[in-house]
Amino acid sequence: MDPFEPAIIAFVCNWCTYTAADLAGTSRLSYPKNIRLIRVMCTGMVDPQYVIKAFLEGADGVLISGCHPGDCHYINGNYKARRRVKLLKEILPRFGIDSRRLRLTWIGASDGIQFAGIMGDLVAQTRELGPALPDLKMVI
Amino acid sequence: MTQAIHIDIKNEDWLSGIRSFFTTVMEKAGIDAILIPTRLSVKNRIMPTLVSDPARLAEADPLSPAFPVNGAQQLAKLTRLPAGGKMAAVLRPCEIRAFNELVKLNQGKRDDVVIFGVDCPGALSNSDFRTFADQHETPDAATRAFCAAAFSSDPIHENLTLTSACRSCDHPTPDGADIAVALFGTDSTKGLTARAHTEMGETVLTGLDLPPAEAVPPQQKTVIAAMLKQRKQYRKQMFTAVEDATGSIHGLSTYLADCVNCYNCRVACPVCYCTTCVFTTDTFCHEPFQYLQWARRKGGVKMPTDTLFFHLTRMAHISTACVGCGQCTNACPNDIPLSDLFSFVAHHTQGAFGYGAGLDLSQQQPMCGFEKEEYGEVVGLN
Repeated sequence: MDPFEPAIIAFVCNWCTYTAADLAGTSRLSYPKNIRLIRVMCTGMVDPQYVIKAFLEGADGVLISGCHPGDCHYINGNYKARRRVKLLKEILPRFGIDSRRLRLTWIGASDGIQFAGIMGDLVAQTRELGPALPDLKMVI
Repeated sequence: MTQAIHIDIKNEDWLSGIRSFFTTVMEKAGIDAILIPTRLSVKNRIMPTLVSDPARLAEADPLSPAFPVNGAQQLAKLTRLPAGGKMAAVLRPCEIRAFNELVKLNQGKRDDVVIFGVDCPGALSNSDFRTFADQHETPDAATRAFCAAAFSSDPIHENLTLTSACRSCDHPTPDGADIAVALFGTDSTKGLTARAHTEMGETVLTGLDLPPAEAVPPQQKTVIAAMLKQRKQYRKQMFTAVEDATGSIHGLSTYLADCVNCYNCRVACPVCYCTTCVFTTDTFCHEPFQYLQWARRKGGVKMPTDTLFFHLTRMAHISTACVGCGQCTNACPNDIPLSDLFSFVAHHTQGAFGYGAGLDLSQQQPMCGFEKEEYGEVVGLN
């Protein structure tokens, strides 16, 4: 049997983390292919339902990543994201979705090296957690 | 300024006393209309009614166990813009809490409405109320029978099937009202007390020309304390049962297995206020090939899809504003105990943010603000 390869959905902000991903790419750094980036304009627009939908459709982990506090292009979107992550971490673990499967990080536009490193760590951690919903026979 | 007044009660008849009190309020406090649970003219059923003719208060019944809709939604419709007149509303404590949440969300205003609250022993589900009401000769008799049982010295109410939301409610007194009418621990042979909780309430009571309140009955505190103890115990058991049943996505799916995606719970929810909910848009009206792809991937796909997604999203969107009124369970055509589940989640999400839905108008909703430095534990990979 093939080793478990987690699927991770990452909502990354246009101004910082996406730019960092771009920098990682242009710097020819590699990071695991398990990460599926979804570019959003700001982490402040990531509705909790995006995260919920990702898990219910089979994601083993979800990352929300944006600008460092104080650096948000829209002034305070990342603070709003942090509250929503706090909220989701209260809800999802009650229904068996491990809190460690949802991550929030701040990765600035110039942090290309950090981006690649964090993606590697995230995949390793999620791989250790195993599949999120292994026994679900259907989309529900 | 008058802080509390005495409501005269004759022949232990609370219902008539309350009606005549609200008639006085309408006549003397310059109230143009009052939103109050009132009997329909066509049948012995009760709905919040905006009454402008004091004579119609003969049909008002704020003591009935009927709780067909959460009145907060109706009051928001009346107060979102200036109505051109002074209004009052008689609400249950959970309706007041829900209205406070709506006010914070700019869906209604408290400035032009005097809110009266009445001590609430609990309510029956819509179907239980229909059975209960039809067992009695007259609507008044039904309400009196309910009051006799619900406010008896034995607070167990074995003979009443109050909803689980009500049995687990730990805020049965209308603390957020402008004027609160106390019923718990009251000697039914004596009168009732209406107490002002706000400046607006004091102004209204001052203008009524009613005698000042008598001393608070000594047993009031103990009756309320005994009831709260019992309800907290029920609440604890309820939470444990929900926790045991829904500890995994599989468990949650089992709990919600009877859901048919009718979204009645969302319609009935007083704090689910978006005029266009994402679930009524075409956002999740997927392309046919998408369903086929899901079916192929998993071997089969339940239709309608997105059931769990809907409920989890609702938990994320409104659990911090949930007041535990139980209307979601009441509205469910398939008898899913949604209110137990949502109260359980709300207890934890509100606890995480140190928030109590509807209790304090000045407290900001958790999702409507932020601090620059907070919740560092949710950031990073550790």
